Amino acid sequence: MLAYIVRRILYALPILFGVNVLLFVLFFYVNSPDSMAQTYLGDKRVAHEQIENWKREHGYHLPRLFNTRESFPACFTQTIFWQKSIPLFAFRFGKSDLDDTHIGAAIRARFPFSLCVTVPVFLAGLLVSLFFAMVVAFYRATYLDTWALVICVLLMSVSTMIYIIVGQFLVAIRWRLTPVSGFDAHPVHIWKFLVLPVGIGLISGIGGSVRYYRTIFLEEINRDYVRTARAKGLGEGAVLFKHALKNAMIPILTNVVVSIPFLIIGSLLLENFFGIPGLGSYLIEAIAKQDFMVVRAMVFLGSVMYIVGLIGVDISYTIVDPRVRFQ
Amino acid sequence: MSETFTGLWHNWYVQDLLVLALSALLVRVAAGLRRREYWRLAFRQVFRRPLARVAFWVLCGYTVLALLDSVGFHPRMRNEDGTVRLDRATGRAVLDPDGLSLLDVVLTPIRTAREKTYSAPLAARLFSKEAMAAPGGGTVRDYPPLRYPRRHLLGTDRVGNDVLYLALKSIRTGMIIGALTTLLVIPFALLFGVVAGYFGRWVDDVIQYLYTVLGSIPPILLIAAFMVIFRQGLFQLCLIMGVTSWTGLCRVLRGETFKLRESEYVQAAEAMGVAKLRILTRHIVPNVMHIVLITSVLGFSGRVLAEAVLTYLGIGVAAETISWGAMINDALRELARSPVVWWKLAAALVFTVGLVLPANLFGDTLRDALDPRLRTQ
Repeated sequence: MLAYIVRRILYALPILFGVNVLLFVLFFYVNSPDSMAQTYLGDKRVAHEQIENWKREHGYHLPRLFNTRESFPACFTQTIFWQKSIPLFAFRFGKSDLDDTHIGAAIRARFPFSLCVTVPVFLAGLLVSLFFAMVVAFYRATYLDTWALVICVLLMSVSTMIYIIVGQFLVAIRWRLTPVSGFDAHPVHIWKFLVLPVGIGLISGIGGSVRYYRTIFLEEINRDYVRTARAKGLGEGAVLFKHALKNAMIPILTNVVVSIPFLIIGSLLLENFFGIPGLGSYLIEAIAKQDFMVVRAMVFLGSVMYIVGLIGVDISYTIVDPRVRFQ
Repeated sequence: MSETFTGLWHNWYVQDLLVLALSALLVRVAAGLRRREYWRLAFRQVFRRPLARVAFWVLCGYTVLALLDSVGFHPRMRNEDGTVRLDRATGRAVLDPDGLSLLDVVLTPIRTAREKTYSAPLAARLFSKEAMAAPGGGTVRDYPPLRYPRRHLLGTDRVGNDVLYLALKSIRTGMIIGALTTLLVIPFALLFGVVAGYFGRWVDDVIQYLYTVLGSIPPILLIAAFMVIFRQGLFQLCLIMGVTSWTGLCRVLRGETFKLRESEYVQAAEAMGVAKLRILTRHIVPNVMHIVLITSVLGFSGRVLAEAVLTYLGIGVAAETISWGAMINDALRELARSPVVWWKLAAALVFTVGLVLPANLFGDTLRDALDPRLRTQ
């Protein structure tokens, strides 16, 4: 098992390296340090020396890939790639070019706030949508099924923005049931600030997931073992909740486990609208301020989380399905 | 680099040419499909469902409006007395630099009927009180009458533009984001997916590595990185959305080609010595086209919805582009007013759902008819 996990992690390294190179090209070639300096110093009439000074202060004066002025080890290490991109592998994200704050520290300080929103949305969403999906699958090919599907598609067709705007307007502004926005980490007050964003997150995601889990259940229901179970005289409820649910776990797990690491990244829109100081609002602030290094760090973190999720899926397969072997 | 993009893109003709090329391609594909029995049967099955039929015609309606809005021209400017304005130096007629589209011409009654500021749907008076000269002398504060009373079906916005006109103009932006992205995605995904699945070995390894790297970055984050560097704009948005949605389709196509490679008819073709390129184009590509079609229709709706979110986050279309995202953004400030200005949000909601819901319903029916086992979310 341990060897299997180690091997999976080793497989992931080339992919992370690819992501790193892609980000390097995007942030240091397409958007050269010169144009970065110009963005920060103001676009018009910046003296050449000012740009050079800015680059020296922030460590962008080095060559990008190969330093011809240095001898062997230093010709590789005294480069932007070595100084700025390689440390990403060790999760050293460096400093923001705008205010010299440590990006890593900011991420560590902010991610718990993101989890406060995303974890309840995720858990409640999973339970609610699995429940509804099973009910809909139970009444398959009836009017209830058809109309449930239409409602699901309708829920999916409304922009998340609209859910948030209307929800915030009605619940917080009109009816004054919850605060409009803000956050207080005190355990007594925290629920007041979370109940509305969590509720909205739940509603905006439920249509798609009920529909998805329904197709998974329906696929299982048409299998041979279900026919056998029915032939033995088991009731429809036992067939669905005992036999089909267990076998549907594998495709459900793929969907669920892969999204767990993403919970750290947070929900951009919910955090922004409800003033929750998590990673989502960190990214939005960085976009608004054009803080390139913060955006780069968040992209790298996001892809690390995705790969962690994929490895998690593989490991969970081996636990759920005894047929899967460690190869 | 980004200046070149936007410069090219702001040229109205480039956009129009792309849109017209896209529609010509669609007509060509549809004509090609009609000749094949398999597709005819599938579409007959789709059109037997009344819901899918309605959805199809609604989508056609949106397409027609978007096409009307894509045929543009520069009308002559007129002086206030109605005569054609002439350039002093050359003596030629001065052309309107902004240009008009056929849709603008059709919508002239509501396009030119500008009010001072907000007015509710079908109202006869403005939404806010103003000081006016009273009939008997002095001033009173009252709601002034509109210049065009009961003309605005969905009211007017802060600067007095008709909201229905804005919503109709947004259709083109939404359709371009949905359709142009698809146009960018399909060739790449089809080429790489089919080649990787058919040739296997190192070609497969390289292509797999490529799409795994791109696919391992969450779409919203990759879009953010790209748009922060290239600045917001319609074309950049289509490009990066194409890059992010390319990987998913490519993966599915590779898997399907893998299966087809082992099928009897491909083996037979190989045994008879048919060239590899011909096997790909004649035997494999036509048999994965249904996947391309289903994912395109279902991906379309996701992109239309994403535009609103991305525009709000400052990584979508430029601020001056008329789009549903921009309308929802304006609505944020309008809802904070008292009394509430709700009609712009309502218009954006109705028009986006009017496009996305039929696209989803039609895509679902299409999937059920062509490949019920294909899992989409």
